[in-house]
Amino acid sequence: MFDLDRWIEIFQTLSKNKLRTVLSGFTIAFAILLFTLLFGIGNGLKHTFEEQFKGDAQNSIYIRSGRTTKPYKGLQSGRRIQFRNEDSKFMNDKFSEKIQFFSPNIERFNVQAIYKGEQNSYTVRGVYPDYQALEEAVMEQGRFLSVLDIKNKAKVVAIGRLVEKDLYGQLSALGKNITLGGISYKVIGVFSDPGGDNDERFIYTPFTTAQGIYKPNDEVDRYGLTFNPSLSVDQALSFSNLLTKLLKEKHNVDPRDQRAIRVQNYAEGTKNVEQFMGVLNIIILFIGIGTLVAGIIGISNIMVYIVKERTKELGIRKALGATPKSIIGMIMMESIFVTALAGYAGLLLGVFTLNALGDSLEKYFILNPSVETYVVVGATIILIIAGTVAGYIPAKRAARIKPIVALNDE
Amino acid sequence: MIKIEKLHKSYPIGKDSLHVLKGLDLHIKEGEFVSIMGSSGSGKSTLLNIVGLLDNHDEGNYYLNGQLIENLDEKKAAILRNKFLGFVFQSFNLITYKNALENVALPLYYQGMARKERQEVALQYLDKVGLKDWANHLPSELSGGQKQRVAIARALATKPKVVLADEPTGALDSTTSESVMELLKEINNEGMTVFVITHEEDIAEQTDRIVRLKDGVIISDERVDKTVKA
Repeated sequence: MFDLDRWIEIFQTLSKNKLRTVLSGFTIAFAILLFTLLFGIGNGLKHTFEEQFKGDAQNSIYIRSGRTTKPYKGLQSGRRIQFRNEDSKFMNDKFSEKIQFFSPNIERFNVQAIYKGEQNSYTVRGVYPDYQALEEAVMEQGRFLSVLDIKNKAKVVAIGRLVEKDLYGQLSALGKNITLGGISYKVIGVFSDPGGDNDERFIYTPFTTAQGIYKPNDEVDRYGLTFNPSLSVDQALSFSNLLTKLLKEKHNVDPRDQRAIRVQNYAEGTKNVEQFMGVLNIIILFIGIGTLVAGIIGISNIMVYIVKERTKELGIRKALGATPKSIIGMIMMESIFVTALAGYAGLLLGVFTLNALGDSLEKYFILNPSVETYVVVGATIILIIAGTVAGYIPAKRAARIKPIVALNDE
Repeated sequence: MIKIEKLHKSYPIGKDSLHVLKGLDLHIKEGEFVSIMGSSGSGKSTLLNIVGLLDNHDEGNYYLNGQLIENLDEKKAAILRNKFLGFVFQSFNLITYKNALENVALPLYYQGMARKERQEVALQYLDKVGLKDWANHLPSELSGGQKQRVAIARALATKPKVVLADEPTGALDSTTSESVMELLKEINNEGMTVFVITHEEDIAEQTDRIVRLKDGVIISDERVDKTVKA
């Protein structure tokens, strides 16, 4: 029930006791402000790490070949290892249950791409349809490469969003032609990639098409695959170790040779990142709870002090006919009003500061520091409840004191 | 108006208890101007607190306006205080951050009177104690006598049955005391029951009836002979 008289009474008490009001308001506002800032900065750290490790599927494994660095089985070092189509078949046959997506890969850097008057050079990759999942590319228009494209060695390409922007400007590239190294292709799709600008400047063509154009025979530059997500991190690591071992055997590479065949398993990094994020989450949670507790203790102290200070006034009010209920109600409403208002102010200030910071702290590994609304609103509500409880206990005691004792309080 | 029978009150002090009021009998009729005289420790303040429902008694009966006071909880006590009693204290007990008018209006607020009406009534009582022009002043801007007048206006605002004054002149000089007593007399002449507690003989002599208290017992209860004084 809205009681105007009561609110007038409360506003008067608050405005005539400015120090008290400011003190308790400041405690709450400051607690919420600190909470928001610390939480936001913690989230900023988290965002940085998430950003660093996104862009490719977290269960990816990339396999590259190079020159041997150790002589083995009578073969000299410095021999170049070359993957061929048979290696693709070998891996698929051997590990069909452990592999989720698989794509051999042919890569050509600095390929001249022309559309009408515009031209630029890009990296062209010949891949299987599975490669879309490996890069976590998202189709903006059209489609990615299909099995049929592979089979037909079709002259089609899926291009990155930025390639479209560079060459086609505001127009849609879909269905238009693009000339790559003098050969004309049809654009069947435009994709975006969470991995960022570099990943959005790739051009994908069917693997078979690329192999036919860029390779004299059935050579493969590298492999990308993802392991079955049901594998644990340790299982994934032992899978990639076995894969490396078998490939080295197959190509007569010394098992200790680190250069000839390189297998990069994201699971290793993922494991470290997940542990790190876990610790970071705990720290953030700890800081948040700590700030809240400090705020709760602060407001409780102030409420006890306020009620103590007002003992005599409350005694007078009781002598004049205030019931215990009205005394408790008055103190609680004041307390809730001040904490809610100050909490809201602290929340706004905190969110505003975080927004103003934006990405300016990026070099300190703090990216887009922000707090979820429900977290800060929740924290504010907790403080309001704490302020209410903190006000209720001394208010109840004050209301129970005999007016004569309260009146003698100096 | 106030009827007390065999009233006892003791306060616990550690394990022992201090027996302050030892079976008082007192009957104050409507419209009387009574003073309770006694040195400190005689139990006079305790008596006023019990009569004023600021404290409860241990034994005996207390009738206020014909109503037996027993098993009072804080809420009932608050309502009865607001309805029947007006208080005037030695230390004034005005709320420091409220101006004179708001102080007078406060008991009316607890009576549930509308704001506008409250202010009209409060102003009317301030006028009665001669402080209409000081309505918007804070207690800290008023002299001791003026503060006590505001307190009296506040006590009267709810049209109580009894005004209870605890050493109303205790903190005032003799001239101001005189004017405060004049005001109380005037109120009494209008029919209000006034109950004053004092240890000053000359204050007590200005009332109509003096009840002397010593060590928790009434030692005398006599009417003041106004004709002799005049």
